[in-house]
Amino acid sequence: MSADRPVLTVSELTARLREMVEERFPTVWVEGEISNFRLYGSGHAYFTLKDADSQLRASLFRSRWRRIRFEPADGLHVLAFGSIEVYPQRGEYHLVVELLEPKGLGALQLAFEQLKTRLSAEGLFDQARKRELPRFPRKIGIVTSTSGAAIQDILRVIGRRFGELSIVISPCKVQGEGAAEDIAQALRDLNTLGDVDVIIVGRGGGSIEDLAAFNEEVVARAIAGSKVPVVSAVGHEVDFTIADFVADLRAPTPSAAAELVVREKQAVVDTLAQLRARLERSAARPLRDLERRVDELTVRLRRGLRGEVSRAGHRTALATRALRAADPVARVTSGRHRLEGLESRLIVSFTRRCDRARSGLRAAVARLDSLSPLAVLGRGYSLTRARTGEFVRSASQVKAGDDVQVLLQQGSLDARVTATREQDDRPQV
Amino acid sequence: MTDLKFEDCLTRLEQIVGKLEAGNLPLEESLTIFEEGVGLARSCSRYLEEAEKRIEVLARDDSGGVSARPFMWEPEKDT
Repeated sequence: MSADRPVLTVSELTARLREMVEERFPTVWVEGEISNFRLYGSGHAYFTLKDADSQLRASLFRSRWRRIRFEPADGLHVLAFGSIEVYPQRGEYHLVVELLEPKGLGALQLAFEQLKTRLSAEGLFDQARKRELPRFPRKIGIVTSTSGAAIQDILRVIGRRFGELSIVISPCKVQGEGAAEDIAQALRDLNTLGDVDVIIVGRGGGSIEDLAAFNEEVVARAIAGSKVPVVSAVGHEVDFTIADFVADLRAPTPSAAAELVVREKQAVVDTLAQLRARLERSAARPLRDLERRVDELTVRLRRGLRGEVSRAGHRTALATRALRAADPVARVTSGRHRLEGLESRLIVSFTRRCDRARSGLRAAVARLDSLSPLAVLGRGYSLTRARTGEFVRSASQVKAGDDVQVLLQQGSLDARVTATREQDDRPQV
Repeated sequence: MTDLKFEDCLTRLEQIVGKLEAGNLPLEESLTIFEEGVGLARSCSRYLEEAEKRIEVLARDDSGGVSARPFMWEPEKDT
C-alpha cells in the first residue's frame, strides 16, 4: 500500500510549491499595512505586510531602495509590487518588493514616477540639453487641439503681441485614446514640414487623467527629438508633466507659452531703433579719435613753429570742431576731404617757411662772405702760399729757388723765388 | 531677409554696434561695418513692416501625406 502512495520528500514538495507559486505570481500588487519593519546594515529591509487576517513576509533589497519615494514605517498602509519567492531552507515565502507606494497614489502616478526616473537616468531632463528659444522666431509651430481653449489663448496672445507672425498649427488629440501618439506625430510633422523656429506643445487645464497623454514616453521622445526648441504648456501652473521635464522650456499655461515665445512687437521695434541710434553715434567714434590726434599734432606743431603754420593749425582745430558738429555719415567723408585739404596746406606752408629760412641763410652767407679775409684780394692784394701750404708772411720762410703759389682775386700764379730779402726799403710803420 | 533670419540680422547688428562703440577699429574698417550696419537696420525695419500674418494648419490626407492649408479661425479682438 505504502509503496503505491505518492510520497514526496520535503524538498520535492517545496520545489513544486516554489514552481507553482513563482509561476503563478511572477509579479503581484499587494495591499497591506507595514509591521516589524527592520532595516539592516546590509541595506536590505525586511518587514511584514498584514491585514486583519493574514500576514506576508516581505523583503526590500538595497538595490530597490532608490525607487522608493517615501519613508516606509510600521503602521503605514501601502501598495507593494513585486514577485513571490519561496525559500526552501526555511519553508517560507516572501514578497520580494520592487516598488512600494503609499496607498492612495494611483497606478498613473506610479507610471509617471517610473517613466520620470527612467528618462531622467537617460539624461533627457538634463539642463545641458535645453536649447535657448529664438529671440525673434519667424514662424511658430503649435501642437494642440484646434478645438481646445489652448489654441485660442495662444493665438490671442500672439495676435496682441506681434500679429504679423506666421503660425503653423499641427492639430492633434490632446486627451483620450491615441492622444499621445497623435501629439508625437504632430510634433514630428512640424519638424519635417513646418519649417518653424520654435514649437509650443500643450493643452488647457483638466484633470490629471486629461493630461495623461503628456506623461507618455512617446510624447517625451518626440519632444526630445525635435530639431527646434519646444515649449511645453500643459494645463495650469500647478500641473507638471513628463513633457514639461523634457521640453526646452516649461510654460505654466498656454498663454504664458505664447508670451515666452513672442515678444511685444513694440519692444522689437524699440530694440531696433536703439541699435540704429547707437550705430549712428558710434560711427563717428573712429573719426573723433582721428580728430583728437589731429588736435594733439596741431598743438605740437603750433608749439614748434610760428606764423602760417600755427595759423594753419588753428584752422585745423576750427575745421575739426566744425567736423564734429556735422552729421555722422557726411562727417566721415567730408572730414576726410578736409583733412586732405588741410594736410596739403600744411605742406605748402611748411615749404614756404623752409624757403624763407633758406633765403635768410643765403643773405647771411653773403654777409659772411663780405667779411671773409679772402675779400681783400678784390682790392689788389694777393696771398703767397709755400709748398708746405702755409701762407708766407716773412721772407725768411722761403729761399731762392722755392716754388710758391700766389693767390689772386681771380685765379692764382705758380712762381719761383729768385731772391729773398729779410729787409726791404719799405717805410716802417 | 532671405539669407539671414531676422534674429541673425539683429545679432549681427548688435555685434557691429558693439565693435564701433569699442572704438578701436581703423577708420576704413569702421566705415565698412557701419555701412553694413545701416543695411542690416534697414532690412530689419523692412521685415518688421512687411511681416504678414499667416496662420496655417497641417492636414493629413488619406494617403498619409501632410500639407498646409490656411487656418480659418479668427482670434477674438482685444478691446
